[in-house]
This record gives sequence, C-alpha cells and structure tokens, in this order.
Amino acid sequence: MPAVRTALAELRARIGEIDGTGARQHGVLPFGVRELDRRLPQGGLSLGALHEVAGGGQGAVDGAAAACFVAGIAARMKGQVLWCVTQADLFAPGLAQVGLPSERVIHVEAGYDISVLAAMDEGLRHGGLAPVVGDVARLSMTASRRLHLAAKGSGTIGLALRRWRRQADASDFGQPTAAMTRWRVSELPSAPLPVPGVGRARWLVELIRARAGDSFDLELEACDGAGHLRLPADVADRSAATAGGRLIAIG
Amino acid sequence: MWPIDRRQRQAGVSSPSAEGPLIIVGRVGNRRVITAACPAARDLGLRTGMTVSRAQALVPDLRIEADEAAADAAALERLALWLLQRVAPIISADPPDGIVIDSTGADHLHGGEAAMLEALAGKLALSGITARLALADSWGAAHALARYGTDGVTIVPPGASDAALAPLPLEALRLPVATAAGLRDLGFETIGDLMDQPRAPLTRRFGEALCRRLDQARGLASEPIAPLRPEGLIEIRRAFAEPIAAPETIARYIGKLVGQLCTELTAKGLGARRLDLLCSRIDNRTEVLRVGLAVPQRDPARLTRLLCDRIVTLDPGLGIEIMTLTATIAEPLVPRQAATSLLQEAAPDLSGLIDTLSNRLGARSVFRFAAVASEVPERAIIRIPPLADTATSGMDTWPDHWPRPSRLLPRPEPIETMALLPDHPPRWILWRGVRRHVQCADGPERIFGEWWKRDAEAQAVRDYFRIEDEAGARYWIFRQGDGEDRATGSHDWFLHGGFG
Repeated sequence: MPAVRTALAELRARIGEIDGTGARQHGVLPFGVRELDRRLPQGGLSLGALHEVAGGGQGAVDGAAAACFVAGIAARMKGQVLWCVTQADLFAPGLAQVGLPSERVIHVEAGYDISVLAAMDEGLRHGGLAPVVGDVARLSMTASRRLHLAAKGSGTIGLALRRWRRQADASDFGQPTAAMTRWRVSELPSAPLPVPGVGRARWLVELIRARAGDSFDLELEACDGAGHLRLPADVADRSAATAGGRLIAIG
Repeated sequence: MWPIDRRQRQAGVSSPSAEGPLIIVGRVGNRRVITAACPAARDLGLRTGMTVSRAQALVPDLRIEADEAAADAAALERLALWLLQRVAPIISADPPDGIVIDSTGADHLHGGEAAMLEALAGKLALSGITARLALADSWGAAHALARYGTDGVTIVPPGASDAALAPLPLEALRLPVATAAGLRDLGFETIGDLMDQPRAPLTRRFGEALCRRLDQARGLASEPIAPLRPEGLIEIRRAFAEPIAAPETIARYIGKLVGQLCTELTAKGLGARRLDLLCSRIDNRTEVLRVGLAVPQRDPARLTRLLCDRIVTLDPGLGIEIMTLTATIAEPLVPRQAATSLLQEAAPDLSGLIDTLSNRLGARSVFRFAAVASEVPERAIIRIPPLADTATSGMDTWPDHWPRPSRLLPRPEPIETMALLPDHPPRWILWRGVRRHVQCADGPERIFGEWWKRDAEAQAVRDYFRIEDEAGARYWIFRQGDGEDRATGSHDWFLHGGFG
C-alpha cells in the first residue's frame, strides 16, 4: 500500500506542476484543523495562488464573517498584509482581536473595483507580502486569471473577498473564475452558554469549489485571538445527543 | 494683511498681539499713509490710504511700524516655497500680498479641489496667516475673487468665470489706479459693465493693458506662471529641437532625465522625496506630473517607473518642447547596513509598492490604522502613513476587554427596537426593513462621552450590546443614553457594526 500511495503522490505533484496549481513550488498553509486539512487536496490553502471567500446570506453584503475568516488566515502567516477595499469600513480593533494587529496591515482605499484589482495585482507581484486581500464584487475570469498568475509568480497568497452591494447580486458567485478554492462562510448561532450571553461564534464553512478536490461543508468555531479555527467540542466528541445523554446519566 | 501677519508671526507668542492696534506706515509722495492695518485697528475705523496724523488723532495709543516692502516680499517667497513643497509644483509669489498656485493635476493628490482648499486654509490658519482662497480657470479670475469675492474660500466651476467676475469692482482686474479712476468717471462700476463694451474705443483711451487684463481674467488670453525655483534646487532641463508627443518618446526622455537627476542626487548624498516633471507645450501651457515617495530614493529604475506610470495623465497637445525634472523635496540618504540572514531575516522593502499605489490612488488612500486613546469607537482609530513609526502615536493597541466588530458602518444607522429599559437588550430590532429576533445578547457596555474634551458630551452616554439573531448574525448596537435620564441621550437605538 505505501508504495502505491507514494506513486500516487508523485503523480499528483507532476500533474500539479503541469496544470499550474503551484502547491509544489510554494507549499501550503494548513488550517490546523484536522477535519478540514484532511479534505483539502493539498492539505491546506496553497500559497502562491488565488482563493475566493464570500459570506453567506446577509454576509454576502456586509462581509463581516468573511473578513474575520480572511483575517484569521492572515494572522497565521508572517509579514505585512495588503488589504484593498473600495470603501474603508474595516474596524482595526476587531481585526486585532482575531490576531491581526494594526501594524501588520496596510489598507488601500481604492474607490472602485477596477482599482482594487489593480492594487491587488501590484501587491501580488511585489512578493514581499503575506496575503494580499481585496474586497471585490465583480471578478471576471480574465481578472482572476491575472491575479492567480501574479500570485503564482511571487508565491504570495491572494484572497479575493467577494462582497456585493445587494443580496441579489450574490448569484455572481456561481460564475467560473481561476481561483484555486472558493469558500463560503455563513454565520451560525453561537455555542450555547449555561448563562445569558453570546458564546463563541460559529460558522458554517463551505468549500464550494476546489481545483483537484471535492467540495464539503463543516461547522466550525470562529477564529480565536490567534486566528485559529476549531472544531466545536460537541462535534469533536461525536454527536451532541450522546454527550447530553451521558450527562443526564451522571446527574 | 500679509505685512501684519508677518510681523505678528515674527513676534511670536512672547508678545501678545492684543497689546494695541497696529498699523504699517509707508510713504506716498510726501505724505505718510497707512499701508496695512490689523483687524483691531480696522474695527476702530482706520483704513488703508488714511494719513498717519489723522489715524493718530482718531486712536491715541496706536502702534506704528515702518513699511518693509523688501522683507515682506522675501517672507512671501519663503511662504511660497513652503507651499511648493506641499501643494503643487507650479507656484509663484504674487506680490505684494498674494501667492498664485497652478493646481492642475495636483488636486487629486489632496482629495479633490474643495478638500485641497479646505486643508490649505486650515494649514495657513494654524500658522497664523489670514488668507482668502479662490480657485478659478485663470490667474486673473482667481486673483480677483480672492481679493474682492464675498466668501473666504471660493471655487468657481470650469467655464463659469464670467458670471463670477461680473459683479466685482474694476480694481479686481489688476489695473493701474489711474485707469480704474478714469473708467469710474465714464460710469463703469463693475467688471460686468466692461465685458460687453466695444473694445476699440477702450483700447484707444486707456491703452492695451485694459483689454489684456480683461481677457486674462476671463481666460481668453493665456498668462503663464513663472514657477518659483529656490536656490540649490536640483533641476534637470532638456529642450527638444522638435516637439515630442508620443508616450514612448516621453517615457524615454523621462528615463534620461531621471538618470541625470540621480547622478546629481548621488553626488550630494541626497534622496528625492518629491519629484516634479514640468512639460512646456508649444502652445505655452505647462503640464505637470508630481510623484511623492514614502522614503528618500535615488534608484533610477524605480523613479522612472513611478513617473512613467502617470504618463497617461499628461496631455502633450501639439507637442512638448521643454521637459524639466526637479527634486522638490530632497532629504539626506546615507548607505545603511543591511540585515544579514544570520542574525535576523530582512524585512521586505515595501516602499516601492507603497509609492506606486499612493501615486496612483492618492496619498491618503494608502494608510495604516493606529490606536488613539479614546473610548468612543469611531474616534479610537486614526489613519497614519503606511511607513510611519507606530510608536509615535502614543498608544500601542486597543484594550481587549470587549469584543469589537470586524466591520463598522460609516455612521451608526438608526434602528427600531423593543427593549426593556433601562439595561436590557432589545427583544427584536428592525434594521433596513428586516425584523430580527434577538436570541441572546451581551451587554450593556457603557461608554461615556469625552466630557474632558467636548462640552456637548458632558453627560452623553452610549450603552453597547452585542446581539445575535435567530439566524446567527451578530450585530453591535447601542442606545443613546443610559435608559433613565433623558439628559444623557435621546434613547434612540442605532446599529454600529457587524461581528463575524
């Protein structure tokens, strides 16, 4: 079996080199959640590639959960982050709470989608940055291909945070792009607490499309202070019902 | 006002300016007359042109200082130089008391015309200079409106100079005193009266200067501004035998000019912080390109790229015959020891990327956030230049007691709620036409107004709640006021941001 597995891995690497997924040259950034990394084709987000993230439901417009998800990815890398937006509405103290301090982020307020894409392209070509993030609504095949090639050339990870003005425009997310992976992060009710209050935020993280991989969805706990995601405790210990039943048995 | 401002600036804070009304006195023929009077003196009825003996009779304890035209002119030139380094590449002193700025191609770097004038007025007011600003199509119109317009800051939209000029008095046209007086004798009062008159009789009677000034003010005749060039400025100039217009040709010559400039900068041990490229067209207009740099630079390739990025904004018209490249701001640039990989990893140099982006999008569009010691969320952040030293802002980071949203609305949006007063979170909220039932909430987090800074906030209170609706969306809402006392706020509810 091991021989077969190494042969398969070698074949995958060669295919990766040919179709330009870039994982071999630049490595990957694992999420640190086994359930998640296991199902990703390269075992993490490949560096030197473009990835897309959008919010689900109301998040397609306000982009709050998607911003946290992206900030968490950036927090787990080293170096300066370039974050390009059309209108500056990111709240720096909030980003600092998911592990991305303000001295690590250079913000660019570009005004238009086109300028955001141009600024992202410039940042990806520079090569000295940790992720280059851009809040864009429209991302055509040509534009995404351009960004992906720029990312591949420099080994920088590019994150297109898709965000639309109206909920109806979010159907644009189905259009094909050159991105390596496409994620949707939707807010779920938070972890229940024994006292009144809001518990740790939970997300439904969906991998809608992955090149050379399968899509899946997973319920996760939102980023902590260092940008790490976590599997909810009740899921990690099997189903919630059995956990509850055991508790009653003890009580 | 310039001679008065200059003296008061020179005197500084050590001598209070309110020690008595001040006038400046000069000679006209054999008479000693007032050439400038401070606001206090003008309130007492003293006017420019009044004789000194009469002024002294009106106001006994008058401070009188002699007119120093040369010193005033020199100081005006220094002020123009200060503006040259900050506002636009073509600036000239317009004695006795004005400065003319060609802001073509420079306003977008300051966020538009209105923002540029507002910032300029603020800067001048901070330096203790009383200034009136006007922006118009031509030097003549801006000159007239700055001196005789009704507002302190005037912006005339393109093509509307005639309408703006019409109600102004004749003196606004920069005419000799005798000409203005002669026109008044003929019954002309305003510039509008002159505009539709046949020109031949006017020229015959008053000389060609009158119609020339009128045309210059209306923008029909060109009036180039001879830009101020201080001593010691590094400047490379190239005149072409044949005018050039093709972008590739312009790019090639920019490369040559930058090469020469960098040689001179290297010889002096300087690096450029701001570059101005002036292209004189054959139709006597000047096109300008200005690029700023985050740190001093003298790398020819990088400077050339920054300039060539912006060639599209140059309009070569029928051709460019002279190109001048100046390093308007140059700062010492000494070799530094690079970090070796043995001790620490070298931080990547981002100044090139930041220069490219900020010259393309405007300097204020590329920034970093820094913390400000303020409890009010929207005042707790400040934008600083991307390469600025964060330690200077005074505070390292924000307190981490309470969760903060990842996105903050530009301004809080009013919502409808149903809530138990004083300290319960709402049961539901109505925001942008959608009703959301609150499942669980955290709060209140009480934030007091900054009573030590603003009188209006002496009692102001905001109670912040973090709420979660049935779909799991988490919002940051607040109530204006503490829920009991109306003096602390209106008890209206607002949504301020969204958590992920």
